[in-house]
Amino acid sequence: MQDAYDKAAVLAEHGANPAIGAIGKSLPDALLDAKFDRGELTLKIAREHIRAAAALVQKSGYNFLEDVTCVDYHPGEPRFQVIYHIVSHGLKARVRLAVPVESLDAEVDSITPVWPSADFYEREVFDLFGIRFGGHPNLRRIMLPDEWEGHPLRKDYPVEGYR
Amino acid sequence: MATTPEPPIADSAITEGGVEAPYPDKPTPVMPYAADFAIAPLLEPRLVEGARDRTMILNMGPQHPSTHGVLRLVLEIDGETVLRVVPDIGFLHTGIEKTCEAKFYQQVVPMTDRIDYLSPMSNNLCYVLAVEKLLQLEMPPRAQYLRVLLNELTRLQSHLVWLGTHAMDIGALTVFLYCFREREELLKIFEHVSGQRMMGSYFRVGGVSMEPPVDFYERVQQLLNIMPSKIDEYQNLLTGNPIWISRTKGVGHLSAEDAIALGVTGPPLRASGVDWDLRRDMPYSGYEKFQFKVPISNDCDVWARYVIRMEEMRESVKICQQALDGMPEGPIKADAPKVVLPDREVMKTQMESLIYHFKIVTEGFAVPAGEVYQAIESPRGEMGYYVVSDGTAKPYRVHMRNPSFATLQAVDKMCAGRLLADVVAVIGSIDIVLGEIDR
Repeated sequence: MQDAYDKAAVLAEHGANPAIGAIGKSLPDALLDAKFDRGELTLKIAREHIRAAAALVQKSGYNFLEDVTCVDYHPGEPRFQVIYHIVSHGLKARVRLAVPVESLDAEVDSITPVWPSADFYEREVFDLFGIRFGGHPNLRRIMLPDEWEGHPLRKDYPVEGYR
Repeated sequence: MATTPEPPIADSAITEGGVEAPYPDKPTPVMPYAADFAIAPLLEPRLVEGARDRTMILNMGPQHPSTHGVLRLVLEIDGETVLRVVPDIGFLHTGIEKTCEAKFYQQVVPMTDRIDYLSPMSNNLCYVLAVEKLLQLEMPPRAQYLRVLLNELTRLQSHLVWLGTHAMDIGALTVFLYCFREREELLKIFEHVSGQRMMGSYFRVGGVSMEPPVDFYERVQQLLNIMPSKIDEYQNLLTGNPIWISRTKGVGHLSAEDAIALGVTGPPLRASGVDWDLRRDMPYSGYEKFQFKVPISNDCDVWARYVIRMEEMRESVKICQQALDGMPEGPIKADAPKVVLPDREVMKTQMESLIYHFKIVTEGFAVPAGEVYQAIESPRGEMGYYVVSDGTAKPYRVHMRNPSFATLQAVDKMCAGRLLADVVAVIGSIDIVLGEIDR
C-alpha cells in the first residue's frame, strides 16, 4: 500500500500544482513524499510541519477541509497515517495530505487554528485511534462514552468477542 | 507499563499506576487510554457580565422530538437567550467503519444503507463509486443513468421528509401529511425496483443489482408528472404564511466565511452564497450529461435554506425527467465477470458463470491496493467515502465523511445570541440525520 509513492515523478509531472508549489517554496522539509494514483494527488507531510503545511495549502487556493481521518498500518511502523482531504472550490481539485505517525509518540499538531471544522474530525480520530492532537481546544471522546477503554478502530482491537 | 511515555497533555489529571489490558491475550497498547484523563462536564454555568444571576445549563435531547433522532444539545442560556450550544453525539454509534473491515467489498453495500436512513441510495452510490475507482471499472451508460435517476428520487424523498419534519417543528403541522403522501409513492417505487422500501442496496459494485421491472419507468413518469404541482402545493402552505416567515427569516445567520471554515456543505452552504455543487463542479456517474441549475441564495438564514431545498426539488424532478427521456439501451452491469455476479439464468446454464458466482460469493473479489476518496452531493451535502485497499477481498479501511457531522459544528455559530425557540428552527434547517453522524 505504501509502495506507490514516487516523489520525483510527481514533482516532474505536477510541479505546477499550487499546493506543491507553496510547500516546496516555503517549507521544502515538510514534503516527505508524493504520489499521483487514480487521479488523486497525495502529499506525505512530516509530522512536525502539518499545521504550517495546512496553512500553506489553504493559502494556495485549497480552501475547504473536507475530512480528517486515520489509517492504522499495524504492526508496521510508522504505524498510523493521519489523512486530510482538502478541496479547492476555485480549482475544482482535491489534494490529500498524509502524515505518518509513530505509535510510541502518537501526537500530531491540531489544525483547528487553520480550519475550525477540524474540531470534530480530530476528536473522532482521537476517540477511535487514540492519536492526540496538540493544541486542540476540546480533545475528548466524541462517539464513545468518556469511560470507554481502548480505541476501536485500531487493528489490534478485535471486531467481535471483546467484553 | 514502565515504558509508558508521559502524555504531554498537561492540564489533564492522569491516574497513578498502569493501565490494565482490556483483553489478556493481546499485548498491552503503549498509549494510555483516554479514560485516564479527568473528564469535565461539557458546559459549566458562568456569571454573565452586569447580571447578578448565573447562566443556566439546559439539556435538550437526546429524546427531544425536534432533535430528529438522538441528538443531545447542552445549551447555556441567559433567560431565553442562548449563549452557547454544545452538541453531544454518539448515541447511535454502532461501529460501522470497524465492521466494514471484516466484510467482503460487496457485503459492505447493505451497511452503507443503514448509515443515512433517509438517503440510502446516495450512500450506496458513493461507496460503489469509490470501489469502482479502486478497480478502475467503467460503468455502462444505462447503469449510470439508472443510478442518477434513483439518486435524484432519493434526494426528493429525503427533502420531503426534511420539509415535513422541519415545518412540523416550527408549528405547521399540515405540511407533514402532504409530504408523506408523496414520499409514500417514492418508497413504493423503491420497493418496486429493489424489493425494499428503504434499505434497497440496489447499487452494486459494477452496476445495479437487477433489471428494473417493466412498468418501472411509467410509475416514475406518473410521479414526475404530478410532482411540480405538489411542490407548488407545499409552497402555497408555507411561503406566504406570516408565522412561517417570522420564524425563519433572519434566523440562524451563517456567513459564507463561517460556513467554509466550519465545514458546512450542501444546501446550507449554498444558502450562504457559496456556489458549489459537486454534481456540477466535480461530476460523477455521468452527471455531466444533465442540465440543471444550482440554486444559490445570499440570505444566509433558515428561510434561504428552505427556498434552496424547494428549488432543488424542482431541479431534481428535471434531472429525473432527463434521465427517463435519455435512458440508453444496453447492459446494466459492467463487463467484469470476476467482480460482478452473473445473471441468474446464465449462472444456471453456464459452468464458467457458476464458477465465478461461487468464487465471488465465497471468497469475494480482490481489489488492487491503493486508496481513493470519492465525494458525491448527497441531499444533505458532501458525502465522501475514503476506501483503502491492501489488495485482498476485504477493505483495509472504510471511512465515511458525512455532511451532517460537519454541519453540526455550525449550530453554535447559528444559535448564539438568539432565542431558545430558534434552536429548533436551526436544527431543522440543517437537516441532520443522526444515523450518519454517529455511524
